[in-house]
Amino acid sequence: MGTHGRFGPYGGQYIPETLMNAVIELEQAYNRYKNDPDFVAELDDLLQNYAGRPSMLYFAKKMTRELGGAKIYLKREDLNHTGSHKINNVLGQVLLAKRMGKTRVIAETGAGQHGVATATAAALMDMECEIFMGKEDTDRQALNVFRMELLGAKVHPVTSGTMTLKDAVSETMREWTARIDDTHYVLGSVMGPAPFPEIVRDFQAVIGREIKQQLLEREGRLPTAVLACVGGGSNAMGAFYDFIGNPEVRLIGCEAAGRGADTPETAATIATGTVGVFHGMKSYFCQDEYGQIAPVYSISAGLDYPGIGPEHAMLHDNGRAEYVPVTDDEAVDAFEYLSRTEGIIPAIESAHAVAHARKIAPAMFKDDILVVNLSGRGDKDVAAIARYRGVNLYD
Amino acid sequence: MTKIHRAFEDGKAFIAFVTAGDPSLAVTEELILTMAEAGADLIEIGIPFSDPVAEGVVIQDANVRALAAGCTTDKIFDMVRRMRQKTDVPLVFLTYLNPIYTYGAEKFLANCEGCGLDGLIIPDMPFEEKDELGQAAQAHNVDLISMIAPTSHERIAMIAKEARGFIYCVSSLGVTGMRSEITTNVGEIVQVARKYSDIPCAVGFGISTPEQTREMAALSDGAIVGSAIVKLVAQYGNECIPYVREYVQKMKDAVRNA
Repeated sequence: MGTHGRFGPYGGQYIPETLMNAVIELEQAYNRYKNDPDFVAELDDLLQNYAGRPSMLYFAKKMTRELGGAKIYLKREDLNHTGSHKINNVLGQVLLAKRMGKTRVIAETGAGQHGVATATAAALMDMECEIFMGKEDTDRQALNVFRMELLGAKVHPVTSGTMTLKDAVSETMREWTARIDDTHYVLGSVMGPAPFPEIVRDFQAVIGREIKQQLLEREGRLPTAVLACVGGGSNAMGAFYDFIGNPEVRLIGCEAAGRGADTPETAATIATGTVGVFHGMKSYFCQDEYGQIAPVYSISAGLDYPGIGPEHAMLHDNGRAEYVPVTDDEAVDAFEYLSRTEGIIPAIESAHAVAHARKIAPAMFKDDILVVNLSGRGDKDVAAIARYRGVNLYD
Repeated sequence: MTKIHRAFEDGKAFIAFVTAGDPSLAVTEELILTMAEAGADLIEIGIPFSDPVAEGVVIQDANVRALAAGCTTDKIFDMVRRMRQKTDVPLVFLTYLNPIYTYGAEKFLANCEGCGLDGLIIPDMPFEEKDELGQAAQAHNVDLISMIAPTSHERIAMIAKEARGFIYCVSSLGVTGMRSEITTNVGEIVQVARKYSDIPCAVGFGISTPEQTREMAALSDGAIVGSAIVKLVAQYGNECIPYVREYVQKMKDAVRNA
């Protein structure tokens, strides 16, 4: 086992030889540019003036009052340009790809948020862009497909396997092995082979840094807990990272349990998975006794993934973060609850974290503070939620 | 030493791949014996994996069919153990790291040794990660086959120096599957590898016609064909044996003329 790009025993570079020089080149470029003043200044400028950072930290007064326990703050990543946290990572990676002389970017997408963000950055920075999206997700998220096309990207529906996020990742990796010279793979989460988990975490860590600063200004202290939904885990890793050195702050990742972590229709990797090696990394995966990756399920296309990033696997093992399963029903309730209570329609992914906040806030003290990372906005989910409630919008 | 070197002793080698359990393990067993009789010098047995990232559509689909038909790693070991009584053709498994890791590396390699398997090809275990299985493989006398790719460049020396069994030269960028043309300078890659290692180099990915086979074998020590055989299995199902026999004979003839 290599020691490279490891988080404890997790991570690594389990990829075909054809891609090895590409990830080595990426790592060298990242190490060269991450502290380069011009690169940092250009990225900061984009984050501020294009993506709209810093995102607000909003005190959810009504929600706090209704739940009757901890004070609840919402980190409004949903207000970023393109509607989710994905833009933070994408601007960084596409800028890096540009510095590396690449002219084409490819990416996987589940809910479509990462695909939209990638297509956006590609349009802005004059890059060719192709997005791979599971066929089931192109159906679930038809609006995002059109949005990506509007931005000039080519969208490939992926029909292999379960036709969801994991298959989109596999297909993007296959595409990368076929065309490496001019192409960068903009991986969308803290997963895949090293150095991706580290690069994506670093570009998302702005979330946690801002939470800390904004909360210190408002409350003069750190939160009791930070909550975020976890599929691959990029918004959670971004929200958690700056707090890892503050052991008094609880870090809670909310996994998609689908119809329940005790049913086969779940995507709760920490709750139901075992250690394995897939998509370039060693981590926890939903799989059978023979190492066949399980066909996972969640109402949320963005959390419908059978694995979790390697740094989360380590934070789970060493107890620094907790991971809890949240069902479809709970997430949909929370989706509707936040819409009604605060006038904020969250992404169904983020609604998993809102659901857990509703569970734990009432039993907490009034001077406790919960920060929920609202990773994306829910416009894209409205039709699916209507379907879930038996309302047919288009008849 | 494993039996792999024997595949290359009698001139250039023809290496055939088949996905285990497609359409059934009974057919796979018969296929392996038939291909050995028809002249295959080494046979790669694919252990199906749900998400084979280095495979093109033909082998992806074979994996789906095999798993749907109930093929498991244990049933494959049973089949190989049975079949080993009837042939001593060198055999290697091709699979991904997860099925091995989850089965337990030590138990997997002990079973390989127990049923007479000679090597392992793992497309998602590059040089940097080969220690994952290195010790267990050595302890059980199973060769871990190294791959080099058109993008390997300066990595070839490091990989070739530690290679065992044979070196698998990937002919082209991209995934497995038939290609009308191979544009990479395969000969050059093989020459570099030979500077650092005495073990044979065989070329795979994209080879399907006798002409390509002859050409690739001429540049190296052998040619590897997978998707073209798997496609015949997909096309003829339980009746595929005579078609595969004829194909392998034709390809072996091409290699002899290389």
